[in-house]
Amino acid sequence: MAEETKTPTAHAGSSGGESRPERSGGDRPERSGPRGPRPGGGPGGPREGGRKYFRRKKVCKFCVEKIEAVNYKDVRLLAQFVAESGKITPRRLTGVCMPHQRRLSRAIKQARNIALLPFAGRAQ
Amino acid sequence: MNRNYELMFIVRPDMVDEDLNKLISTLESSVTSAGGTTKTEVWGKRRLAYRVGRFNDGIFVLMLIDGVGAVVHELERRLRVTEPVIKFLTVRTDEELKRLDKIKKIRDSKKKASAAPAAAASVTPATAEAGTETPASAPV
Repeated sequence: MAEETKTPTAHAGSSGGESRPERSGGDRPERSGPRGPRPGGGPGGPREGGRKYFRRKKVCKFCVEKIEAVNYKDVRLLAQFVAESGKITPRRLTGVCMPHQRRLSRAIKQARNIALLPFAGRAQ
Repeated sequence: MNRNYELMFIVRPDMVDEDLNKLISTLESSVTSAGGTTKTEVWGKRRLAYRVGRFNDGIFVLMLIDGVGAVVHELERRLRVTEPVIKFLTVRTDEELKRLDKIKKIRDSKKKASAAPAAAASVTPATAEAGTETPASAPV
């Protein structure tokens, strides 16, 4: 809801608009409302420095490979979604769908607690 | 009414094998005496992602427990008191296993039956599953 109230402003609106239609295929009908006026104002390109409205579609790795269980124990899988600084990479960069991102995030936090992943800094 | 838990704990790296086995058997007996089943896997020495206490390595032990909550409560109390154990984490897994079972059943039923009758049968129990599986084929 917060994203929709921010749509008049420049930056937050565009990133919200780009990620939403690609991620939640089932939700597309309800999102067409706030999305409608924006393409009229331009392809969303000029704001992001010439990027097209639909960036190269990223698919959710978990949905494609049908990985249902994200465990805190498989560090190698989790480490792919963690940046060099130890931070969890956002969904709009990795292309993960929301329910999988939630499970992934919880698994990463559990792994951090049990010292399998660092809280900050690169994993040795 | 039995719940499944995964308890992972880290033991200090300079512990000998026999002490470790003694510790594990003590914990296992406290579970089985309260009426639960348990299975233990020792992962061995691993490098920790950050310093815990004074150690940079630790011996990881994973216990799969099947029992009531009081069993785990007692186990955790023991682990807190045990000096060689430096960290532990308990995760409840029965809901997750239930969900995975459901997904597997739906996938198996889809594979066995032909497409039309299976799709009709699986639409009602798991609309969520249809939602997660269609994005792979969803057009732009």
